[in-house]
This record gives sequence, structure tokens and C-alpha cells, in this order.
Amino acid sequence: MMSSLVGAIKDVREGRELLNNLTLRELRSKYKRTALGWAWSMLNPLATIAIYSVIFGTILHGVAPEGNPSGINNFTLYLSCALLTWNFTSSGVQATIPTLVGNANLIKKVYFPRELLIGASVISWMVSFLIELGVLVAVISFTGHMVLQWIPVVLVLVFVQFFLVLGFSLALSALNVYYRDISYLSGIVFQAWMFLTPIVYPIESIDKAGNKHVFIPIKADIWFWHDFPVRFVYKLNPMVHYVTAYRNLLYDGRFPGVSSLVYIGVMTPIVMIFGWSIFRRMIDRVAEEV
Amino acid sequence: MTLIEPGSLARDLDPTAPGFHSRSRPGPDAPKAIVVDHLRKRFRLYHERNQSLKARVLRGKNRYEEFWAIDDVTFDIRQGETFGIIGENGSGKSTMLKTLARILRPDSGNVEVHGKMSALLELGAGFHPELSGRENVYLNGSILGLTKKQIDSRFDDIVSFAGLEQFIDMPVKNYSSGMYVRLGFSVAINVDPDVLIIDEVLSVGDESFQRRCMEKFAELQQQGKTVVIVSHAIGLIRMLCDRAVWLNKGKIQASGVANEVCDAYIGSVHVEQTHEAGAGVARRGTGEATITLIELLADGQPADRLATGQEATIRLHYSVNGAPIERPTVGFALHRTDGVHVTGVNIRETGLAPVALSGVGWFDYVIDHLPLLAGTYQISGAIQDFLCAHTYDWWQDALRFEVVPGWIREAEGVLTFLGHWEHPQAKAIGPKRMY
Repeated sequence: MMSSLVGAIKDVREGRELLNNLTLRELRSKYKRTALGWAWSMLNPLATIAIYSVIFGTILHGVAPEGNPSGINNFTLYLSCALLTWNFTSSGVQATIPTLVGNANLIKKVYFPRELLIGASVISWMVSFLIELGVLVAVISFTGHMVLQWIPVVLVLVFVQFFLVLGFSLALSALNVYYRDISYLSGIVFQAWMFLTPIVYPIESIDKAGNKHVFIPIKADIWFWHDFPVRFVYKLNPMVHYVTAYRNLLYDGRFPGVSSLVYIGVMTPIVMIFGWSIFRRMIDRVAEEV
Repeated sequence: MTLIEPGSLARDLDPTAPGFHSRSRPGPDAPKAIVVDHLRKRFRLYHERNQSLKARVLRGKNRYEEFWAIDDVTFDIRQGETFGIIGENGSGKSTMLKTLARILRPDSGNVEVHGKMSALLELGAGFHPELSGRENVYLNGSILGLTKKQIDSRFDDIVSFAGLEQFIDMPVKNYSSGMYVRLGFSVAINVDPDVLIIDEVLSVGDESFQRRCMEKFAELQQQGKTVVIVSHAIGLIRMLCDRAVWLNKGKIQASGVANEVCDAYIGSVHVEQTHEAGAGVARRGTGEATITLIELLADGQPADRLATGQEATIRLHYSVNGAPIERPTVGFALHRTDGVHVTGVNIRETGLAPVALSGVGWFDYVIDHLPLLAGTYQISGAIQDFLCAHTYDWWQDALRFEVVPGWIREAEGVLTFLGHWEHPQAKAIGPKRMY
């Protein structure tokens, strides 16, 4: 398996030029023939942030903890840090899942490393994410809080998250060639996944057991499993740690917790290598099956 | 599987014959560009096309049958060679091409390709309709393996070859299908690979574009590029290719010199017809002498297809059972299958008719250069008395044979005069100066 991955890495490296062009194709064609063009890539997250702020902030009285040490206290900004992060993973993976099927014509007629199609799609979403982050950083700075010094760390984190998104996308897009259910199923899974990630609520409500805000206990009795370790399982979700890390950097204005970074550093390569292995196994017959 | 070695072909013997490539063709010792070694490729035939998790979960495994699209195929292609792959629909030739192009993976065996390869399986594959021609040239070029620098330097060539200078900044969705294909071909042909793989794509565009394609193609051959062509157009394969393989149901039926592989292929396609014709022959005559067999010979071997310009012999075997027959004559009539009476020949005309005929033996009618153009023809034979008043045996349409283009490539009508052209100002060719 490893030797085939090494061969694939060589192929992909030789295909850098193509990766550039495929990414440009994604970016250029994304908002072609729309009146607002690239403004859509801003409007979508803005609308989501506005809706979520109203529902979870205003109506449900969601309270954001005060940023430590930044002192920011704003539910919308607190929400935005997590929501944009989540959007990169969620939209990136879900939009990339139909990529192989959608490029069937190309796959059946020309050889090139198929990973590049997936990579180009994910990169195009990363570009959107970076633009969104740029606007967020500008807004936070405008409110008088200094987060610019954390930008290099944020960029590294985006780069690492890219491989998480890529890993999921590789596996699911390849599986989708054989089972088209994947694209529909993923819609449901990502919806549930979103609420299992601390986006509209703070991670503290899970950490602080015994607190009245707690709606997820440390342990629970589920069916026959006495003392089911809810919090442990909850924290297996890598997005919990990504969201926490981005919030630490941009909202709290401090270096993220080491445990989150370690978990990100371990989990991301696992997802990436596992996803790529699935992709490699599936891809052999992809030109016959798409 | 028959292996046809170079030898008998007009093109091999006569370098001055039209159609002979002036470039030197790589011999058996030339380095290999592509080596196909015991290649097998299996396809799955699903009983239901509906792929879903439900089906998978309910039935465990998806039900499918497997069949071998390519079954143990071995051949090699030499560097600088133009190589053809022929076969009927479903013979596995497109699968073979896609396997060479790395689009499909072999299930067992090996394909080795030496040098940079470009495959023209579909022109403009990967064009994005919303993007301009310019953007698509860069995109398509990089899909075919060019770097940005290489595309920059070839961009003008690509656009002028396609003849799309005015339209290059227009989105390709507004292109006509001809423009689309021309741009696709132009990018692909300018990739400048060591090995070029082509699938039925030389037949695109209008006449002038086709001519440019053929010129470009000849240029690639001259440069010593290796070219692999898959085509139904046997004439094209004959004209362009040095060697060929004929695939049938995933196996090699014949391989070797292109012309002869094509002959074998065409022969097999028509062989059923020939047998049918043989079954319904019309015979008449009094039977004192009988025709036992009418054969067509090429190079001393029975043949049922010939190339225009080839040497051929029609041989009539006879048998006289009783008393010798005095002053007989022997003749053949030649018809095209659509009924056109091409010619009739009779030994009486030559003064060589025997005084008497007895026992068994044969007559040969020797044709130095077959003047017939491509088509299917029938031979009737007869033994008659000298006045052609009495018929001993008349065998109507005894033999059917195929004529294919040879080194003479006139295309229209029934026959060629085997003539040649002359003109006092031989250099002044080209329509402008002639008229």
C-alpha cells in the first residue's frame, strides 16, 4: 500500500501544473453567469452567520463566553470563527463528493492522477475559506482587538485542515462512484455532525460537568451501556478541536491548547492516509464505473 | 493466430510505388516504444445498473458477470513505428487503447510505455463550456501533460492550426461542434509526445482541416514519433500504418505487416458471403468435359481478395472423362456483384486454344497487374466448342473475390488503366498555375 502511495505522490507532484489549472477552472467557473459573481462566496456565509446569530443568539439567548485574554464578548464573532471553519470542512467535502462522477467524461478519455480533481476542488474551497477568514480578521480588528499576530498560526492551521478535508473528500468521492447514495447520505451525516461540533454552543458547556448549562454529561446510561463515556466520544470528533483552535486564535487571541493541537496533528494524517488508501483502492476501476 | 512477416507486399518490394513512405521504417531490432505482455482485462456486467447501498446491503454483493475484454494479448510496438489496431465492434480494441493510455488498469499482465505519451481518445475532453477558448487551451494542454511555458510557446500555433484566431476569447459553449473539435485536435496534436495514441479522431473537421491533420500526421511520422491508431477505416490503416494487430473477441487474430493484417481482416469479414455464393452456383452444359474447380491465385496461393495492381491468376481445372474433345475453347466472364459486366476473356482469341482436350489439367489466365478497383467481383467459367455454340460446362459465378486498394489508389469506377501522368512543365503543379 505504501509503495503505491509513494508512486501516487510522484504522479501528483508531476501534475502540479494540471492541479493549478483544474483549480483555476473550479474558481473561474464557480460563479460564472451569476449577476453577483464572487460576491456569492461572501454572501452565503454572511447569510448563514446572520440567520444563526438571530436564532441561537437573539431568540435562544445563546451567550458567548468572554474571550480570554482578548476580552471580546460577541456571540456573532464567536459563532463566525467556528461556522466558517465548519463550512470549509462541510462544504468542501460535500461539494467534492460528486467530482469524480461529474468529470466522468474526462476520466474516461484522458489519464492523469485522479487525485488532482479532488485536490483542485478542495483547494478552491480553501481559497473561499481564506477570503472569508480575511474578512473575519478585518472585522475583529475593526472592533479594536489585536489578532493579526496569530495569522501565521491560522494559516498553518488552514493548511493542516486542508488535508483533513482532502482525506474525507478522497474517500467519499471514490465511494460515491460505486454507491451514489453517498452524496445524499452525507447531507444527513454532516447536519448531525455540525451539531456535534461546538459551533452554536461553547465547548465549555461540555467541559464543565455539573454546571447547569451542561446538556451533555460526562457519562450516561445508553440502552445497556452503563457509564457510556459521552464526553470522550464527543471529543473524538476532530472538528471539535479545529473549531476550538480557531476560536482560541481569533476570538480569545491566544495560542491554542496543546491537547487540541496534538489531537489535530495525529488525527489529520490518519484521515488523510486512510482516505487516500480507500481512494487508491477504488480508483483502479473508476473509468469503468463512472 | 497468424503472424505475417514482411515480404510479399507491393509496398515492400517496390519503393517507388505510390504510398511508399520515404522515411525508413523501424526494423525488428528497433527499440520498443510499447510492450504489451500477456495483458488481460476483465469487465463486470452488472445485472442491474442501479448501484446503491441498499442493493449491496440486501444482497451482500452486487451481482455481476465477468468477461474478458482483453484475453492474454502480447505484442510490441517499435519506436518510430505507426501501428494499427483493427477489429470489429466489441473486439476489445478500444479497451486495448484505453489500457495503453493508462485510463484502464490491466487485471494481469503488463503494459510498458517508453517515453512521453499522449492519447487522443476524445477531442476537447475536459473543455469547460463556460470558459474561453484561451483558458481551455491552457486547461486542456495541462491535462495532456504540457507545462504553462510549453503552452505559452505553442499557443499561437495551436490557435492558427485550429483556425480560431477571432474566436479564442469566446466561451467554448458558443463554438460550433466543428470549432470545438478543431481546437481539441489542435491542442492534442501540439502536445508533441513521443508516443501518440489516436482513436478514430482523424476524421474530424472539414476537408481542409483534414488535409492539415494528415500533413501534421506525416510530419510526426517523419520526426520518428511512435503512433498507435485504432480505426474502423481499414483504408486509413493500410495507408498510414507499418504494422498492425487484428483483435477478435479480446484475442489477437493476426499481427504483422499492416496491409496483410488488413487483408486477413477483410477476408474474414467477407468469407461467409463467399461460401454462400459458392453454394448457389448455376451450372449448365452437356458434361463431356467438366470444370472441376475455378481458383484465383496470388503468388501461387489461392486467394479470395486481391489488391489493385497485384499479380493474379485465374485457374480453371478441367476433367474430360470420355473421348477427347476436339477444338474446345475456354473462357471467363467477370462481373461485379452489382451486375456490371466488366470483361470476358476467351482463349480462342489468342490462337492458343488446344486442338483437343483430354484427361485432367488446367488453364491459367495470368493478369500481370490487376486493373480492378476496390469492390467485390464474381468469375464465371466455361468450356465450349470453338464456335461457342455448344456448351460442355458453364459455371455461373463460380468464384467471388474482393478487391482492395493496393499501390494504385484510384477510387472511382470499376477499373484503372494502370496509366501514369505526364506534363511538360512538371514542376508547375497546383491548380493556380495549371489554369
